[in-house]
Amino acid sequence: MWHFPALLRRELKLACRQASDSAAAVLFFLLAALLFPFGVGPETAVLARIAAGVIWVMALLAAMLSLERLFQTDYEDGSLELLAVAPVPLEGVVLAKGLAHWLTTGLPLLVASPVLALLLHLPVSAIGAMMLAMALGTPVLSFLGAIGAALVLGARRGGVLLALLLLPLLVPVLIFGVAAVDAAIQGQDPLPRLAVLGGFLILALGFAPWVSAAALRQALE
Amino acid sequence: MSRLANPNRFQKFSRRVLPWAAGLAGLGLLAGLGLGLFFSPGDYQQGESVRIMYVHVPAAWMALGVYTLIALASGLFLVWKYPLADIVARAAAPLGAGFTLLTLVTGSLWGKPTWGTWWVWDARLTSVLILFFLYLGYIALQNAFDDGARGAKSAAVLALIGFVNVPIIKWSVEWWHTLHQPASVIRLDGPSIHISMLAPLLLMAAGFAAFFVVLLLIRVRSALLARKIRALRLVQAAADPHIGGR
Repeated sequence: MWHFPALLRRELKLACRQASDSAAAVLFFLLAALLFPFGVGPETAVLARIAAGVIWVMALLAAMLSLERLFQTDYEDGSLELLAVAPVPLEGVVLAKGLAHWLTTGLPLLVASPVLALLLHLPVSAIGAMMLAMALGTPVLSFLGAIGAALVLGARRGGVLLALLLLPLLVPVLIFGVAAVDAAIQGQDPLPRLAVLGGFLILALGFAPWVSAAALRQALE
Repeated sequence: MSRLANPNRFQKFSRRVLPWAAGLAGLGLLAGLGLGLFFSPGDYQQGESVRIMYVHVPAAWMALGVYTLIALASGLFLVWKYPLADIVARAAAPLGAGFTLLTLVTGSLWGKPTWGTWWVWDARLTSVLILFFLYLGYIALQNAFDDGARGAKSAAVLALIGFVNVPIIKWSVEWWHTLHQPASVIRLDGPSIHISMLAPLLLMAAGFAAFFVVLLLIRVRSALLARKIRALRLVQAAADPHIGGR
């Protein structure tokens, strides 16, 4: 089936060889979120109120940091052109890269988020909802991010530009991600918000490989 | 439509349209402002500040309309590769960003006396703010590449993705019942505002649209001329024995 396992293995192997890249994203996530108790003061009630939003915003920014390199290195050393002319669909390459990005960045963020939740006094009852919301939301960051990374490929100051393009489009994920946690805090059922996040994920999975591959073909023309 | 895709034909067409559009813009804006500022009643709730609406609402319509135009032109450019479609989208983007900023600023000025605050995180306001950032991202992406053609294509893809926001803005007042009032002009059961307010509003809208057409045509004409000059310079340079190397 269009060598998907081989493509995924290649991406994961490359990511493991440069493990400091994804480690930097997670460290940024933790460190930047832990600036908030210093910024707004350590009162438990205030921190508990803003914890969900802080964790989500920091996850968004941490994903931005690592997305710039999604296609960059392959573009610079020419392997992207080889992949484009190889008898595998470019959409499959994007899917493998997006999945590998989530496994090496989104998943570590997801694992690190309960630690942050405890440090920021998020009610323990809401941590489950937050993990579920992040599990559905972070892949959207990776796949929507793949579109952005393909669009800015070869641009000057690509990293800043990437954030400028993607952050407005990611606002819905942020809104429903935080809404799911807030619902759990107030003892409501977070399922409707989680279902919307799931819908975003399905849309991103369905559209991102095609759009991103189309943008990559233009970059390689 | 496809006849106008030829730049020379477009230049001729735009030269004929330009004075009419300019006249229409002047008349619409003058008549609309005159009626709106002096000959229309104040609102029984909002008082005189309702007159801000005569700028705010047409600007908001234009902000959405221009983005739709950019998305359409981007689609034409990506599918049929009309160079003129790219030039039109590129010329329209800063104008659309300007209309969006005008919408936000006038809305904020109106909100202070009416809602008692410059800004609320209402669905309509937030989605228009996102539209503004989409415009800015679109313009930044166009200019981010050393190779201009690459920027044009990337930006066109972004414009199509960002179009998702336009229906969200349009229906945000109905999907989420937050502070911003729902539509009162474009409704199935006819406009719900009185003719004395509707007339200046529609005149202003026509004036805004004509004003946009004027600026757009001027920008497209100068972009086409700049391209022609560049092409002539390249021909000249190639013929020059010192530069062309022949």
